[in-house]
Amino acid sequence: MTNFIRLIARNRLAAFGGIMLVLLVLLCLITPWLPLDDPNITSPENRLKPPLSAGHLLGTDALGRDILSRLLWGTRVSLAVGIAASLVAAFFGSLIGIVAGYFGGRTDNTMMRGIDMLMAFPYILLALAIVAVLGPGLMNALYAIAIVNIPFFARNIRGVTVGIAHREFIDAARLSGKGHIRILASEILPNVLPVIVITMSTTVGWMILETAGLSFLGLGAQPPQADLGSMLGEGRRMMLNAPHVAVLPGLVIFLLVMSINLLGDGIRDALDPRLKSGALSRPAPFTHIRRRQVPPENGSAANALLDVQDLHTHFEVGRRTHRAVNGVSFTIRHNECLGLVGESGSGKSVTALSLLGLVASPPGVITEGRIALEGRDLLDLPHRSIRRIRGRNVAYVFQDPLSTLHPLFRVGHQLIEAIQQHQAIPRQEARELAVSLLDQVRIPNAERRADQYPHELSGGMRQRVGIAMALANNPQLIVADEPTTALDVTVQAQILALIQNLRETKGTSVLFITHDFGVVSQVCDRVAVMYAGRIVEIGPTADILDDPRHPYTQRLIDCVPRLGEPNNEPAAIPGLPPAADALPEGCAFADRCDLAEDACLRGDIALRATDSDRQVRCIKPLGLPTRQGVMQ
Amino acid sequence: MIRYTLRRLLMTFPVLLGLSVIVFLIMSLIPGDPAQAILGSYATPENLEQLRADLGLNLPLPQQYLVWLGNILQGDLGRSYTLNRPVLDEVLERFSATLILAGTSLVLCTIVGVTAGIVSAIRQYGWGDRIITLLVLVGISVPAFWLGMLMIMYFSVGLRWFPASGMTAAYGGGGILDVLHHLVLPAIALAVVAAGVIARLTRSNMLEVLRQDYIRTARAKGLGEHRVVLRHAFKVALVNLIPVIGVQAGFVIGGAVYIETVFQWPGIGRMLVNAISTRDLLLVQGGVLVVAAAYVLFNLMADLFQHWLDPRIQA
Repeated sequence: MTNFIRLIARNRLAAFGGIMLVLLVLLCLITPWLPLDDPNITSPENRLKPPLSAGHLLGTDALGRDILSRLLWGTRVSLAVGIAASLVAAFFGSLIGIVAGYFGGRTDNTMMRGIDMLMAFPYILLALAIVAVLGPGLMNALYAIAIVNIPFFARNIRGVTVGIAHREFIDAARLSGKGHIRILASEILPNVLPVIVITMSTTVGWMILETAGLSFLGLGAQPPQADLGSMLGEGRRMMLNAPHVAVLPGLVIFLLVMSINLLGDGIRDALDPRLKSGALSRPAPFTHIRRRQVPPENGSAANALLDVQDLHTHFEVGRRTHRAVNGVSFTIRHNECLGLVGESGSGKSVTALSLLGLVASPPGVITEGRIALEGRDLLDLPHRSIRRIRGRNVAYVFQDPLSTLHPLFRVGHQLIEAIQQHQAIPRQEARELAVSLLDQVRIPNAERRADQYPHELSGGMRQRVGIAMALANNPQLIVADEPTTALDVTVQAQILALIQNLRETKGTSVLFITHDFGVVSQVCDRVAVMYAGRIVEIGPTADILDDPRHPYTQRLIDCVPRLGEPNNEPAAIPGLPPAADALPEGCAFADRCDLAEDACLRGDIALRATDSDRQVRCIKPLGLPTRQGVMQ
Repeated sequence: MIRYTLRRLLMTFPVLLGLSVIVFLIMSLIPGDPAQAILGSYATPENLEQLRADLGLNLPLPQQYLVWLGNILQGDLGRSYTLNRPVLDEVLERFSATLILAGTSLVLCTIVGVTAGIVSAIRQYGWGDRIITLLVLVGISVPAFWLGMLMIMYFSVGLRWFPASGMTAAYGGGGILDVLHHLVLPAIALAVVAAGVIARLTRSNMLEVLRQDYIRTARAKGLGEHRVVLRHAFKVALVNLIPVIGVQAGFVIGGAVYIETVFQWPGIGRMLVNAISTRDLLLVQGGVLVVAAAYVLFNLMADLFQHWLDPRIQA
């Protein structure tokens, strides 16, 4: 609870609203004891005095009544009516919602159809019809507003109840022989109560506004009784010669409703866990870059297509820094396929997305490194140039094609868009090209498929579309981020064959990200193994598979079951990778490694060459004759 | 699309029927005897009985409903005793004035709300976002009727820019320009609250959509940010916003009741308020029925539009 109050207090607007509301409510509570004129005593000789007149701080109305006094008494009425209406609506609405949600089936259906029917009316119109029947009056206005708000509560509460009604503890209560009424009262109600409170906090302001509105129209409070709305309605008639009579009550309504809304928003935000984690923030079009120093050009990689050096990509969440990519270096040559392997969370996807600034920012920041594509440092280029490289020189194939293809555009349209973004050709020609791309990735009936939406295609088809889109502009490099993980094995084999084939015919380079060594062995020339944001071993695929140097690589290879070797049980790696915001000193794998010794926990362990084309980040690599002797 | 349209049309009939039942029930709940109300307290028992028989009040309730429904389907909503003219004529005349006002307002609040919401989303936590968030808060908290009065005081009486009341000038008025001139203030006053709600929901929807994977795909293709935001993100957000705009249409039509009173706009809201004060219940009934039916049809169109945008949505 104190935590909750602190959250609200941190939201300055909500705190402001809360304070204002408390002041207004306090003022209303002590009104009877304030030295004020009687709000209903008329004195014709004092009529329409302007504000700041002697004895009448806010002036008088057409009958000479003191406006300050009337405002305070009117606010009491408005507040009371608004809260009462809200309670009535909350009570009946929640009752309907809980019963419908708990019993479900036909009860639910009938009740919700009725509720839908009420919602088919324009809101205020229904209130007017009810007032028409009941006759004008403050209580009738209260009922009318309460009734038209019932559906709102009923729907919200029903939704929550449905979610709870099938949980285990409800079943348990039922099995223990509790009756429906007891379950509703002791199990369901406590769980939906917070939602009822939140819904009330967001509707009270609205109900005050609406009851004031009915009074304003002369259908609510009847003289001599007065609420803010009826005072405003009376003031309207003399709006030109005595504007204060109308302006002041309106201002009070406005302040009252605004303070409630501010507080209500604050409560809602404080209770919405997504806001705390920053999950609702919008990723910028380009990852933020904040490099203090730039690594020098890498001479040895001069003819490489892509040269990544000492890349650091961090996620800054609150005061914590998650080092997702923590100094990664690799190169990709022309027409080469480099595999990037590691467990989930090892930083391989973030590495891939960092290349063209596609890491969500906030919270992502590239803090160090150099990413050279044919010698040009991408981290140094203006956004316009990066945009021109995206999809043209470097194209991505993402993991889950259902969420990565746009759901509301036909696949042909999405391909055409990719083509026309980088090639100035007429739409018809682009369409032909799109269809031929679909053909190339072996989608049968390409012409017809182009007019379908992603949800009309199978998973394998969708991934082929994803690959076709990556091929649209004949890129030099395709970054394939777990392109087969979401697919079943036969489709996976087809997709891998497709990628292999494209490499051979088009000469494209591929950065292939996967957690599966089996897949790596099929498509990659070289492989880099990542662990906790760093490359721990890199080298030719065959060498690493036959003769892994890093204990982690060894374990990872052991995870792959081998066909025809039933005795070779895949071995899970015990333990979990370290949290990216609390990386240990020394080797990050040490506490899961059977061979770890004290030296592994000290200092930074460098990536060192063991052979001409292999490097490993380990102080006592496997399969080498001596511990440290061989290394330079 | 055609199948969806037909199914959705079929689903509309029960709703319209339900509306008529609710209106009928509300009106038959009125305490007291309608015949007495019509003839006044000096009526003879014979006259009362005669009128009851004429009105079908002696029949059981379901039968009364069927007779009533039959009349409505033939366009007979009864006769307004205060205006002494057919309810349908009066209602249609007044409703067209409301449609001009509410329609303009709805277009206005949608354009302003959506634009503000998008700007707010892409400038999240920036100054633009903060200012819009604050304006939205003011917008959804301000009583529309009060705002209308302030606008009259300032823009009509003070600056004399726009007329304060009516739909056309009393003398030498008429014509589109004259109506537009009269429309400016009430349409804005009516749009403010809905614009605030739409802006707020556009913002949260856009923020939600902009985090999706397909937006990253669009960026990875090299699309410009305008295209990413306005086509890829907004199209999805719009699908979610259509029901919101549908609900706001209901609020705008309802809010028209206040605004028409403030600006003396000859619409159906003012008619209803007057009819309630004079207890002309047939007029109230006819007005509510027509507006509610129009609202149902509006939401039907909104649903069809939503399905057209997102073919995944099924009835």
